Amino acid sequence: MKTFAGKTLRWEWREGVIELTLDHAPANEIGTAMLAELEQFVAAFGALVPETSVCIISSARKSLFSAGADLRELYRGAAPLPEKERLSGIRNFLERIHAVLNALDAAPFVTIAAVHGVCFGGGLELALACDIIIADKMARFAFPELRLGLIPGFGGIPRLKRDLGNAFVRDLFFTGRTVNAARAQAVGLVAQLAGEGEALRIARSTAAQITKFDSVTRAAAKKFIKRVPHDELRREIDLFCELFARPAVMAALEKFVEDSGPMPYLP
Amino acid sequence: MRTLEQTTQEVLDLAARHFQLPAGSLAPADDFFKKLGIDSLQTLEMLSRIENHFGIELPDYEVQGVSDFRTLAERIQSRL
Repeated sequence: MKTFAGKTLRWEWREGVIELTLDHAPANEIGTAMLAELEQFVAAFGALVPETSVCIISSARKSLFSAGADLRELYRGAAPLPEKERLSGIRNFLERIHAVLNALDAAPFVTIAAVHGVCFGGGLELALACDIIIADKMARFAFPELRLGLIPGFGGIPRLKRDLGNAFVRDLFFTGRTVNAARAQAVGLVAQLAGEGEALRIARSTAAQITKFDSVTRAAAKKFIKRVPHDELRREIDLFCELFARPAVMAALEKFVEDSGPMPYLP
Repeated sequence: MRTLEQTTQEVLDLAARHFQLPAGSLAPADDFFKKLGIDSLQTLEMLSRIENHFGIELPDYEVQGVSDFRTLAERIQSRL
C-alpha cells in the first residue's frame, strides 16, 4: 500500500522514500488509534521494502513531534478495571507497541525522524526507534515518566542506552527535564540540527543522498551497526508492568488527567 | 560578560519579539504567564529561544515557580 490516509497518520511512497506523517490532534499522542495505524504501516512493509530506501517520520502538528503516550486514554481505560485486567491490558498494549517499534528499528530501509517542537516520552521513543534524528533548533526532548512513578515503556531506556549509554541518559531520566536540540546533538542523540521549521526539508535532502547507495549493502550494514536490544526491551515491559501496579501511579495519572490547566507539559 | 540588567532587557526583547508585542511593552516585574497568557507548549518554545539566544542550557526545574522576567533573568545569569 503505497499511500494511506488514516485518522492519526498518513503515508506516501515516492521515488524510494516513504513519508509517514503523524497528524492526530491535539499532540500526536500515541494511544490505541495511532497504534492500530502504525501496525497497518508495519504490515505494509512486505510490499514497501523492495522499493524503499528511506522512511521519514514527521509531524503535521504545529508545535510538536509527539507529546508521548495518550495518558488520558490510558487512565480512562484502566481506572474502571479490576487490577488483574488492568495489568493484562497494559501489558498487551506494550507488547503491541514494542512489536511496531522493533519492526521500525530493524527495518531494512533507513528511518529518519524529522523532529520539531515537543518530542517527549513515547514520542521520543518513536524517534529513538529511527536510525537518524534530524531536529530543528526549537525541538525539545524529555522522558517525563518518572513524574508519574513510571519508566518509559516503549523501549526508550534500552535504545537510549544503546545509542548513548552515558551520564546524560541518567540525567535526562532522573530529572525528567527537557533538553534542547543543540544539547541533544552535542550528546549524540540528534544527528543533524536544522533551522526552525527546516527539519523535514533537511530530512528529504538526507534521504535523497541515502537513496544513491546499494540497498542490499545498506540493509546488511544497518543490521551490523544497530542491534535491537530484545532482552532489555522485554525486561522493560516487565518492569513497567510491575510499577504500573502501584496505587501511586493511578493516582498520578488521575491528577494529570484532571489537571485542566495550561501547563501539562512542564515538570 | 553581560550584566543582569542587560540579560533582563534581552529576555524582555526576546519575549516581545516571540509573542509579537510592541518593543518596551513588557517590564521586569511582569508575571509572564498572566501578561502573555501562555500555555506549557509556548513556555517550552520560549525556553528554547532563551537557550539558543544565550547559548546556555536552562533545566526547566530551575525555573519552576518562576513567573516574572527579572527572576528568570537571574536564573539565566547564573548559567552565563
